[in-house]
Amino acid sequence: MRKGLRVIAPLLPAAFAIGASFGVLARASHFSAVAAVVMSATTFAGSSQVAAASILGAGGGIAAAVLAALLLNLRYTPMGVTVAQSFHGLPVWRRLAEAQLLVDESWALAGGGTRRFDRRMMLAMGAAMWFAWVGGTAAGALLGSVVSDVSSFGLDGAFAALFLALLAAQVTNRRALAAAVLGAAIAAVLTPLTPPGVPIIAATAAVLVGWKRA
Amino acid sequence: MSATWITVLVTGVGTIVLKAVGPVGVAGRELPPRVASLLSMIGPAILAALVVTETFADGRSLVVDARIVGIAAGAVAVLLRAPLWAVVVAGGAATAVARLIS
Repeated sequence: MRKGLRVIAPLLPAAFAIGASFGVLARASHFSAVAAVVMSATTFAGSSQVAAASILGAGGGIAAAVLAALLLNLRYTPMGVTVAQSFHGLPVWRRLAEAQLLVDESWALAGGGTRRFDRRMMLAMGAAMWFAWVGGTAAGALLGSVVSDVSSFGLDGAFAALFLALLAAQVTNRRALAAAVLGAAIAAVLTPLTPPGVPIIAATAAVLVGWKRA
Repeated sequence: MSATWITVLVTGVGTIVLKAVGPVGVAGRELPPRVASLLSMIGPAILAALVVTETFADGRSLVVDARIVGIAAGAVAVLLRAPLWAVVVAGGAATAVARLIS
């Protein structure tokens, strides 16, 4: 537990800061402060929350925002499956609750995907990340009440850069790079043709490049 | 109920379920490698699409404006292996400055 907190500590200011960015973006996308904080507390997955807020903010529909967010969170299912063994013997309600503390960082740093996965360490790290994330969102949502438009202070450019940084972290091999390039191309082609949000969903068709070689 | 709340609640419940499938449902079985590999490419595809729309989309048109300066600054920060918050600040500051002087 102590070890988990020590390992995760350097990441907490970043989680707070990105949570705050989400809070500001959510306010500029017409979320109430309470809705922003509730989303961080329940969804607790950065890129999906930022995606949903930016799609709603750009005038996209509910279906596009939800679908994009859930597609981004699909990765939690295979991540959860790789660590399922360590939940063996616990009551269902505890497994359900503890599974919510799975985030990219807590999963990876606790040894997710390896035989050495440490569930207690994941829980300590996930809980610390949760407080930083929700606290950051609350701070950003309060600060964001002075922001009326995403173009204020270059926030729109800040979020483009945020997505680029999140993308860079996920492009770890050539297939991921191919999917990213094709996804970008699909989005560019469809933007003039379809309502906001649809190009994002359609970009998932890019994973089919990996179908033959997978 | 507003569009915002519907999005917040449906995304929240959906994500809770996605995270719980493994720990609640299956006891340590693996997904077929092919499925796992396809799932791992969804993130890059969607995030790349978001980079494009956040940088170039204005409603239904593609435009080049101050955001291109922001994304370029963000790209430099990523290449320099700057921490996430620094990438975001670089992107925002560069966009704001470009908008101010253009």
